Amino acid sequence: MAISAFLTDPSICIGCKACEVACKEWNQLPDDGFEWSGQSYDNTRALGASTWRHVLFLEQPQPLGAQITGTPEPFRWQFLSDVCKHCANAGCLEACPTGAILRTEFGSVFVQPDVCNGCGYCIVSCPFGVIDRNEQEGLAFKCTFCYDRQVAGLIPACAKACPTQSIQFGEISELRERAGARVQLLQERGYADARVYDPRETSVGGIHALFVILGRPEDYNFPPAPEIPTVHLKTAWTYALASAAVLLLTVFGAFFL
Amino acid sequence: MSLPPKSTGEKFTGEKLKASEERLDALREEALRTGAVTGARVTPSGSPFPQTVAETGYYGNPVLKKPVWKWQVPVYFLAGGVAGASAAIAFAAHVLGRDPALVRAALWIALGGAIISPPLLIFDLGRPSRFWNMLRVFKLQSPMSVGAWTLMAFSFAVGTAVVCEEIVLRGYSSSLLLGVGWAGEAGAMLTGLVLLSYTSVLLGATAIPVWSENRRVLPVHFVASALGASAGILELAGYLIPATNGMSIAAAGVETCVAVYIAMRGRAVDAPLRTGRVVWMIRVAVGLTGQAPLVLRIFFAHWPAARPIASVCFILGALLSRYGWMAAGHASSRDSKTLFEIQRKGTTTGETKASAKI
Ligand code: SF4
Ligand code: SF4
Repeated sequence: MAISAFLTDPSICIGCKACEVACKEWNQLPDDGFEWSGQSYDNTRALGASTWRHVLFLEQPQPLGAQITGTPEPFRWQFLSDVCKHCANAGCLEACPTGAILRTEFGSVFVQPDVCNGCGYCIVSCPFGVIDRNEQEGLAFKCTFCYDRQVAGLIPACAKACPTQSIQFGEISELRERAGARVQLLQERGYADARVYDPRETSVGGIHALFVILGRPEDYNFPPAPEIPTVHLKTAWTYALASAAVLLLTVFGAFFL
Repeated sequence: MSLPPKSTGEKFTGEKLKASEERLDALREEALRTGAVTGARVTPSGSPFPQTVAETGYYGNPVLKKPVWKWQVPVYFLAGGVAGASAAIAFAAHVLGRDPALVRAALWIALGGAIISPPLLIFDLGRPSRFWNMLRVFKLQSPMSVGAWTLMAFSFAVGTAVVCEEIVLRGYSSSLLLGVGWAGEAGAMLTGLVLLSYTSVLLGATAIPVWSENRRVLPVHFVASALGASAGILELAGYLIPATNGMSIAAAGVETCVAVYIAMRGRAVDAPLRTGRVVWMIRVAVGLTGQAPLVLRIFFAHWPAARPIASVCFILGALLSRYGWMAAGHASSRDSKTLFEIQRKGTTTGETKASAKI
């Protein structure tokens, strides 16, 4: 089975939030409360247990390509639809003690809600801060990559709903190519800081939700060099077991005092 | 397929709607008047347009999610630590042929820890009724999974040891019983060593910077405080012997060194340990587990109340420090600035090179 992927391109996103709505509707997700955030037109703020697509609204004091904005100061307004990265090496999946989180035949990372017992370990193990626990259900939730739709041969609801093709869905290698070509085109057109966000050099080993971004990953709350927490296991276990061995020696030694 | 979370059922009508509309009006008014909005939960960094700043990321919203663990988890960390260390003490005392009453007391303390641990873990779950799913699979790469299985094995071993011990004490000795008892004690010692230390790995192998960047320090700290708390409980149970004093002094010494080490490093990633509410938890905890027991045990050794007081101090301090580390994890999960800095410098690499500067 081909590895499916998203390519999200903020340079053509119009910030309509159709993806957020389509995701909520298809997956029957509850609201996140109605709060005014004061953060541009984004009152969602972050991904969470009941928000599996989140459209960011970035207001930055930089010119946007060759665009004329009409404001005296340089200004650009960008929108990006964030989603679970479906990491090639997923922190949440490795950490889950119940085996609730598994890798599907589409290469996506899926939480089985009938197995999860809400231990919360995945939440501190996701380097992207995606997965969270729904406190009514007591279970961990995140984007399913519309597994149910993919099984039925449909594309994910968000990609389907996106009116500008800012969210593209397809085979990963093809989308990686398309992302590279898009970045090149953007740079030629004067968007000098366009790049692909796909941390393949880190222990995460690449993501299945690629992004074309303008500027630094930090601006989008993307970690610049995410690491899967299992890389720390060897050191931590070595120190833990060595300390425990020293404890045993200390205990034996203390009895000769 | 995916079981949808139930709707909160909250209707956005009537009073709530009115309040929300009023809030929006107030925000608009404020923006019109002052060119900026400064109210609660409104955090624009510039005006009139709120702008994202590179240092704190997207409007200062946290990159990571905060841990969902409640008060039970730090208590469990200590209970499991005490249980494991007590099993080690029982084993050593038995092997060296020391006071059988001490062996028995230490085993019972270990069993007590093993008995209170599962409820603490279970009630911290989002779905307590699904606790058994923990034993659905064994995953070496998940410290949570290793811990759940270790706790099971430990409980089994220490339970066996206590049962055999009690039967033998009542005069029904047989070589089989003694053999099984020894096996139980040895098993409890071995699994206990994992039980008392794995919780540091549980925190160390996460995405939370203050925990993962202390993956070398946390094991030393957790193991030392497990030993000190366990020796302290034995002392409070009346075993004011040189051995428990020695263990306590060693533990207090290590705790002091760990605190000094963290302070001397002065890293930005440890800032959550030095700020806000947490700094007091950590400071008091270090006083209770480090300085106080050392002073009491070394300079007031002749005073009969010194050791029990030192023991109580240590146990409370060990508990407090676990709360402190938990609270530091919360603060660290909100601190995107440090997260970005660490990742840009490539110091969070663990065993791999974070060469990728995207
Ligand atoms: S982004 Fe987080 S929740 Fe999504 S697959 Fe990666 S580790 Fe799991
Ligand atoms: S909360 Fe659920 S999905 Fe997350 S690690 Fe625990 S059992 Fe696995």
